[in-house]
Amino acid sequence: MKRRTFVAVSALLAAPFVAGCADQRSHAHAVYLLVDTSGTYAEEIDKAQLIVNYLLGTLQSGDSLAVARVRSRSFSEKDIIAKATFDGRPSQANAQKRVLRDQVAQFTKMARGSTYTDITGGLIQGAMFLNETRAGRKTILIFSDMQEDLDKQTIRNFPIDLKDIRVVAVNVVKLKTDNVDPRRYLGRLDDWQKRVRDAGASEWHVINDIEHLDALLKG
Amino acid sequence: MIWPHNVALSVLTLFLIALPFLYAARKPAHDLMRSLGKLADGPLRLAARWLLSAAAQMQERNKSVLLAHGEEEVGQNLAREFERVAALVKRDLEGYPALQRKLLDEITRVEEDYRKCGEVPPPAPDWVEALAAITRIKSNGNEMLQRILEQISSSVNEIHEKALAEYRRAYENRHKILDGFMPFWRSLGDNLAQADRKMTGLHERAAAIDAQMEKFEQIVAATDKAEHALTLSALTQFIVATLVMVIAAGGALINFKLIALPMSEMVGAGDYLTNTLRTSEVAALVIIFVEATMGLFLMETLRITHLFPRISSMGERMRKRMMWVAFVLLVTLAGIEAALALMRDMLIQDKQALLQSLAATQQAAAAEGWVSHIPTAGQMVLGFILPFALAFVAIPLESFMASARTVGGAALVILIRTTAFVLRAAGNVLRQASRALIVAYDIVIGVPLLIERWVRASRSTRSEDAPHREAPRAIEPVLEAGEQP
Repeated sequence: MKRRTFVAVSALLAAPFVAGCADQRSHAHAVYLLVDTSGTYAEEIDKAQLIVNYLLGTLQSGDSLAVARVRSRSFSEKDIIAKATFDGRPSQANAQKRVLRDQVAQFTKMARGSTYTDITGGLIQGAMFLNETRAGRKTILIFSDMQEDLDKQTIRNFPIDLKDIRVVAVNVVKLKTDNVDPRRYLGRLDDWQKRVRDAGASEWHVINDIEHLDALLKG
Repeated sequence: MIWPHNVALSVLTLFLIALPFLYAARKPAHDLMRSLGKLADGPLRLAARWLLSAAAQMQERNKSVLLAHGEEEVGQNLAREFERVAALVKRDLEGYPALQRKLLDEITRVEEDYRKCGEVPPPAPDWVEALAAITRIKSNGNEMLQRILEQISSSVNEIHEKALAEYRRAYENRHKILDGFMPFWRSLGDNLAQADRKMTGLHERAAAIDAQMEKFEQIVAATDKAEHALTLSALTQFIVATLVMVIAAGGALINFKLIALPMSEMVGAGDYLTNTLRTSEVAALVIIFVEATMGLFLMETLRITHLFPRISSMGERMRKRMMWVAFVLLVTLAGIEAALALMRDMLIQDKQALLQSLAATQQAAAAEGWVSHIPTAGQMVLGFILPFALAFVAIPLESFMASARTVGGAALVILIRTTAFVLRAAGNVLRQASRALIVAYDIVIGVPLLIERWVRASRSTRSEDAPHREAPRAIEPVLEAGEQP
């Protein structure tokens, strides 16, 4: 009887120690993909499907992925096309990935171009989503030409909070005007970099070749 | 610097200024250097001596442990040999009364048969001689006598034929008896050969016991030969056990790879214990360690290994119960591993299917049929077998633990001796360096020393002229009196 008590007490004493050993930091990776559907950039939407597929193949159990569109006003949950935090069990995670893939595929077929482009609203929405996931690594991918175009009523000229979030602009295509004067393109990217840095983002990258995304996301 | 643009000249000037002071401070400087040399050398020498003494003590202790261990081991071997001999004697000598009885019966029978063979037909009756006398009687034409003789002749012939027939029959019987001898002779020969074989086996065992006894005596006498042999044996055991354990570690790694992925299906793939170590991986490791532990207990309860004295001294009934518990747990874990291996294959296939569907290009379809199931079956079989293979790690582990003490002890002694040697050498180097510095100091102040020598020489010349004057003082030697070079 004494022996049994001793074993039980030992197990009870060991339990908090073992629990305390666990790494409390989150190792999950949350990615928020903003897909620009405005104007001529809507033609690039098939590439967005490739990025989503790549992300689905890369992200692991416990990671989160949300795909949202950039429209005239993007600060809304309704703009999130598909989102999922992948289950701890790999089999369930695979099932979730299939569903998400189908949702995005359906969106790319049905997508319609918007009149204006509210990237800032999408960034704020993305930051909120990522902070809610409590993931250890947070990334916003902006699939856009980075040409923000707001209507007169929409207000976005205020500081935003992107603390500890990595922001990556993907497939930033050159506009016709950029070809006339490349400084416009470079200036546009510099402006975004400054804005994102000022918002507290941990990193800012521009990736035009999707194949380079692999090294960045794994890093 | 006196002349900043001419360093050499500055240094030379400073040297010339310092030279008289250096000459004046020669004696204290020499003392200081000598003291520093001794200061460094003394503790190093002391430490080296202490280490050598510790190494000697440790070697002595290692020797006593090694001999005690060897004594125990050889004692166990001897006991086992005696047990074998006892079993041999019991098995063989148990059958000896029956064998002896059989041999005696066969010998008796052979003797009886031999005696029967010796029985010769009865000799011709005495009346044969009377008959011979009658045959010598001359008939002289007497018919009656002639007839009587003829009748006697025919009777004798008849009797002769009967006797001959009897004689032949008797020989025939003897031949038959001799024929009957053969199986008994063969049986006798076989029995004797069997007895000889058993005796040879016993003799070989006795030779093995003699060898073990000789070893035991040497160990008890604590001879250097026995110590050397035991150390070599321990080293061999250590190397072999390490090699086997490395192989087992490879098996454990394969085992881990088999179950790490499916374990994430049970405990989740998103939890981490450390920065890089997932909980699922730790769970897989725990399963492997539990299997190894169960294997260890199984080997202990089977009395193949003796790592836990408590299990060795356990009652027979309790020991058997524990053995069955360990075995059942091991089988259960092996079954779980086989199932996990199957699940791993399914998960990989699912992931592959997903990746293929995500990829832009169309992938070639995998080959269907029984061939595609071979890897799955292989993984399942491997998952079931590896826990049992890991169970046998207990045997090399025991050898490793037993030999590590000896090998580790010997290695430590070598290390301590090497350290002692290095300390001693360092002490000597420092002492010699202090002497070299004294000589170098004298070289630096060579010019004033030469002047001093010249002055002394001139004084000594004068003193020869005036013998009552005080004898000149010799230049101070580099080495003090009594100090060894």
